[in-house]
Amino acid sequence: MGLLVGKDTRAIVQGITGTQGSFHTKLMLDYGTKIVAGVTPGKGGAMVHGVPVHNTVEAVKKYGANASIIFVPARFAAEAVLEALETELKKIVVITEHVPVKDTIEVIAKAKQRDAVVIGPNTPGVITPGECKLGVMPAHVFKPGVVGIMSRSGTLTYEIAAGISEMGLGQSTCIGLGGDPVVGLGFVGALKMFEVDEHTEAVALIGEIGGKMEELVANFVSKEGYSKPIVAFVAGRTAPPGKRMGHAGAIIMGGAGTAQSKIDAFRKAGIEVAEKPSDVARLLAEGLAKEKHI
Amino acid sequence: MKLFEYEAKTIFARYGIPTPKGALATSPAEALDTILETGVPVAVKAQALVSGRGKAGGILFSTSPREVELAVKKLLNTEIKGFTVRSVLVEEKVSAERELYFGVTVDRSNRCYVAIASSEGGIEIEEVAVSTPKKIIKTPIDPLKGFRFNHAKEVAKRLGYSGSRMQNLAAIFLKLYNVAMDFDAELAEINPLVETSKGKFVAADARLIIDDNALYKHPEFKGRLTEDGETELSPLELEARKRGLAYVKLEGNVGVIGNGAGLVMATLDAIQLYGGSPANFLDIGGGASAKVMVAALNLVFSDSRVDVVFINILGGITRCDEVARGILEAKGRIGFLKPVVVRLVGTNEEEGRRILTETGVHVLDSMEEAAHRAVEIAGKRG
Repeated sequence: MGLLVGKDTRAIVQGITGTQGSFHTKLMLDYGTKIVAGVTPGKGGAMVHGVPVHNTVEAVKKYGANASIIFVPARFAAEAVLEALETELKKIVVITEHVPVKDTIEVIAKAKQRDAVVIGPNTPGVITPGECKLGVMPAHVFKPGVVGIMSRSGTLTYEIAAGISEMGLGQSTCIGLGGDPVVGLGFVGALKMFEVDEHTEAVALIGEIGGKMEELVANFVSKEGYSKPIVAFVAGRTAPPGKRMGHAGAIIMGGAGTAQSKIDAFRKAGIEVAEKPSDVARLLAEGLAKEKHI
Repeated sequence: MKLFEYEAKTIFARYGIPTPKGALATSPAEALDTILETGVPVAVKAQALVSGRGKAGGILFSTSPREVELAVKKLLNTEIKGFTVRSVLVEEKVSAERELYFGVTVDRSNRCYVAIASSEGGIEIEEVAVSTPKKIIKTPIDPLKGFRFNHAKEVAKRLGYSGSRMQNLAAIFLKLYNVAMDFDAELAEINPLVETSKGKFVAADARLIIDDNALYKHPEFKGRLTEDGETELSPLELEARKRGLAYVKLEGNVGVIGNGAGLVMATLDAIQLYGGSPANFLDIGGGASAKVMVAALNLVFSDSRVDVVFINILGGITRCDEVARGILEAKGRIGFLKPVVVRLVGTNEEEGRRILTETGVHVLDSMEEAAHRAVEIAGKRG
């Protein structure tokens, strides 16, 4: 069983009848993900790609689901997460973009109370190659393997994952944390999961400007140490302060959250930093070779 | 979305936060009307959506009607940090005994809101935060409990107040928190929060930035994000926003178009790594259609500084053939006004590559090779 998602994952899709929800339900099913039911209020009784649709999350309890992926529009996304939480689902992937930060803050606090993990919002999702894809990422760039990837970005992750696959290392699990200023699972949380995951031998961290999630990783690793090689890439070295680079989270505020501050923090903590996306795979291979030598 | 000072003050006043007496003026005559109410001296404050306005000369103090007239004339239509001033706020000058700071913003790493207070407010607050962080009091707000009068009083006490002043100050803190929550604020801020010689507290300046994603809850601001003169965006950036493109103007000559914010940022970095300088950030997003590609190319071509355009597409949800058709359509409609370097991989890449190669557009595989090529071309032309 992979990290967060794997063979035992039984997922529901909230917002399954929408364009995105329906399209990606098909792709996830094609990948082999077990989608046991879908939810769209008012559309109960319909079928989407052979998946039964219900009006509420409560009504899909009988399918024994243990995860949810959410595609509902931004203004209803918080409500959808709360509904999933109240039905005791513990893994919730929020694909939806443009969720108001206030809503996100509220649902994350409530998820924490219930010991549930929220991935996102604004995430491509989570994939354990060969087992389960709970997300919208293009499956073909991922191969089963040993590198755990955690990232704040979408396409840049695919770029780096493809390099890792070509190198022959493959991925244990790839977690998109989401491009929003506030997200549920952060780098430190994901890093702790990878540490105890038996399939993960090295970790790739794909960060970007804004916030201080990367600096927190550096702090954590300095203090606690880490048993597996980590290679980081930080996007946005050329970004000017005060300008939002696409992702709501990618903005340098009052000089804090620059790429340089993150890179410096990583280096100080002994974490390898890649200059270019294509260097990540090579550095991982080198790090793993060194491990085996010892 | 950033609100103007006068708008933020109107909202703050509605919540019972004391603000100086004054009014907005778009002409010297209007300003003179205002001082009939306020008397002199007054502060004449340029309404500009930039920070550091005071230091940039955007606030003038006037002690006579003649001076007010001159100040208004001087500020109207000037540019402050690239923002054209279209109105001024004329308000009574508040004499400050002390200048405090109070704000509510998002604490990203703790996933909550945070109340920030300081006894040393004013234009040097960022300086204070760096040099003497002890003077900045941060109170994380539990999302399930909120910020209550008790918390507000605790902050006021830590700023050194007691008795009725402490109570009055705490009441203002609480009101600002309510504004922040009701308006889905990324930032609600009073700086300086002036304590007058009479022991009253007044919000001498006001900032309110609303989460763009929450604007649907506030229909009064509908359409504002794409109105001329109502945002901090440059003309090209505003044009991009109207077309639904995420675009940021930069200083260089290599135009960039890509899909996905992280990938585009990494593309800009690669250009710099090879000694070039990017002209812009432009993310056409996931699942972009041919139409979007045409709009994107049009926008980047219209920037006179651009010498070469680098299109970096990694197909996932976005299909390479669709992107290739967009590039061709743009080529047919407006022509390639400048050299174009294309990197195209991922979903349907063979088809995309075929479409482009047939019409003489060279397609590269590696992002870094393509970045290098674009920089070389820019160097020759620049």
